[in-house]
Amino acid sequence: MAAGTGKKEMVSAARQTKHGTAMTVFFAILAFLWISPILIVVLNSFKRKAYIFKNPFGISNVSLSRGFDRWAEGIKKTFVGMTNYANAIKKTDFFRCFGYSLFITVVSVALIVICCSMCAWYIVRVKNVATKTIYLLCLFSMIVPFQMVMFTLSKFANILHLSNPAGICIVYLGFGAGLAVFMFTGFVKQIPLEIEEAAMIDGCSPVQTYFKVVLPIMKPTIITVAILDAMWIWNDYLLPSLVLNVNKYKTIQIAVQFLKQSHGQIDWGAMMAVLVLAIFPIVIFYIFVQRYIIEGVVAGAVKG
Amino acid sequence: MNKATKKYWPVFVLPTMAAFCIGFIVPFVYGIFLSFCKFTTVVDWKWVGLQNYTKIFFVNGKLDTTFLHSLWYTSLFTLVTVIVINVVAFAIAMALTKGIKGTNLFRTSFFLPNLIGGIVLSYIWLMIFNAILARHSMTVVSTQWTAFWGLVVVVCWQQIGYMMIIYVAGIQNISPDLIEAAKIDGANGRELLRYVILPMLRPTITICSFLTLTNGFKLFDQNLALTGGNPGKLSQLLALNIYDTMYGTTGWQGVGQAKAVIFFILVAVIALVQNKLTTRKEVEA
Repeated sequence: MAAGTGKKEMVSAARQTKHGTAMTVFFAILAFLWISPILIVVLNSFKRKAYIFKNPFGISNVSLSRGFDRWAEGIKKTFVGMTNYANAIKKTDFFRCFGYSLFITVVSVALIVICCSMCAWYIVRVKNVATKTIYLLCLFSMIVPFQMVMFTLSKFANILHLSNPAGICIVYLGFGAGLAVFMFTGFVKQIPLEIEEAAMIDGCSPVQTYFKVVLPIMKPTIITVAILDAMWIWNDYLLPSLVLNVNKYKTIQIAVQFLKQSHGQIDWGAMMAVLVLAIFPIVIFYIFVQRYIIEGVVAGAVKG
Repeated sequence: MNKATKKYWPVFVLPTMAAFCIGFIVPFVYGIFLSFCKFTTVVDWKWVGLQNYTKIFFVNGKLDTTFLHSLWYTSLFTLVTVIVINVVAFAIAMALTKGIKGTNLFRTSFFLPNLIGGIVLSYIWLMIFNAILARHSMTVVSTQWTAFWGLVVVVCWQQIGYMMIIYVAGIQNISPDLIEAAKIDGANGRELLRYVILPMLRPTITICSFLTLTNGFKLFDQNLALTGGNPGKLSQLLALNIYDTMYGTTGWQGVGQAKAVIFFILVAVIALVQNKLTTRKEVEA
């Protein structure tokens, strides 16, 4: 493995001299254009509502050719500072929504990781008809689209009083179990039995063996599952909008969608600000755990 | 060991299975049952047999093309996005595995849109599209084709980075020895791509194609936020069409559920075909 990487680096170093700065410049421009929609939203979030559509890509409503002073005055007229943000936070109760989103994502992911990895370990180690059935059901659930269960699921969640941020985590555990159990069983099958047997002979109960021996070994898969499910749950709109009591509890995605009123009218000033507020935490998070996210995506794709 | 562990099923399996029953098994089974009923909640059902299924296509004895329209609109949308996303993602991945300076930063930027949810993403583009189209006094929902290409742009922007990451991993897995050998044998860039890289990437290409394929068929958030199915119901993809039938028209919940069953069968068939393709390749290898 190490030798392989060394060689790869040598080959790429040789290539690097061939493709010079031209490619770097080309991709720098492309990458900038790629994220420019986000930058435009950031820019527009500071503009007066009326100028967002009149002049979406510029910074002044007067062209520079008409003199610097008038141009500078145009800038002043275009921007309103933090007004849109104040308006948006008030309108959507943003920090509350952020709290709900964070709570639901963290608790659901924790539940999925712990419960599904335990379940997966058990169904690999104890082989009988029941565990085999569970495994097949999990596989099956992965190919069922959410629309198939959305009506019944949301009604049952209502009946069982799961229409709140704590309850929806159980729904996520149930609907996310298929993929998680599948990925964990794939990993558990590779863990040599001897390690666990040694722990059991030393007097560990199965529960102790699991938490002290098996769980630490599973760390790579835990990260993969956690990343994939966190991306799914944080960004999910339909499931929470149907399961949660949306008058009381809104996640960020629901709050954004609800800014559009029933007759289609949108307060674009507030919308721009909310979009920036919604993107900002993701970008910060991404910068810190980038490596894990990319590894998780690759591992998830290969197994899923 | 097997025996000692076996007793512990309430600890290990029960929590997941209880939630799995609530979140999947019961809603699924009951959902199939309800597709043969007329209902407005889960308790007031009345058995109507296949009536919901015929109502998808025939209303009052007349052919209703809404669902069929949405089916071919979705198919076309999926076809276009699968091709564009995979071709562009592969091209970028090829370039970004050549050791260009700044590769990491580029990879980071291309992947970024993927982390942003479909709803937020769509409103970013709704603003941009409408700002541009306003100059031609149009909006993104002026015709079903502006809506179509709008959706294509949003979905490509979101998924190209994701697929690029998977292609990069696939390309890096090809042994450099193989590429060196081909070069020594006198292969030029095009031959290298055609006879070495693409064949070695076949599993990756299969995975990415099917990921984009199912993503296209299941697309909902972007459709809801960007076009809302407008104009009329002409830009409704299947998932939104089902949602609209179920929640938009009272008394039509059963028809919506029947549509969902058909949708499920469609997605399941795609998944089974993929499974067959990937397992067969494993045997060959």
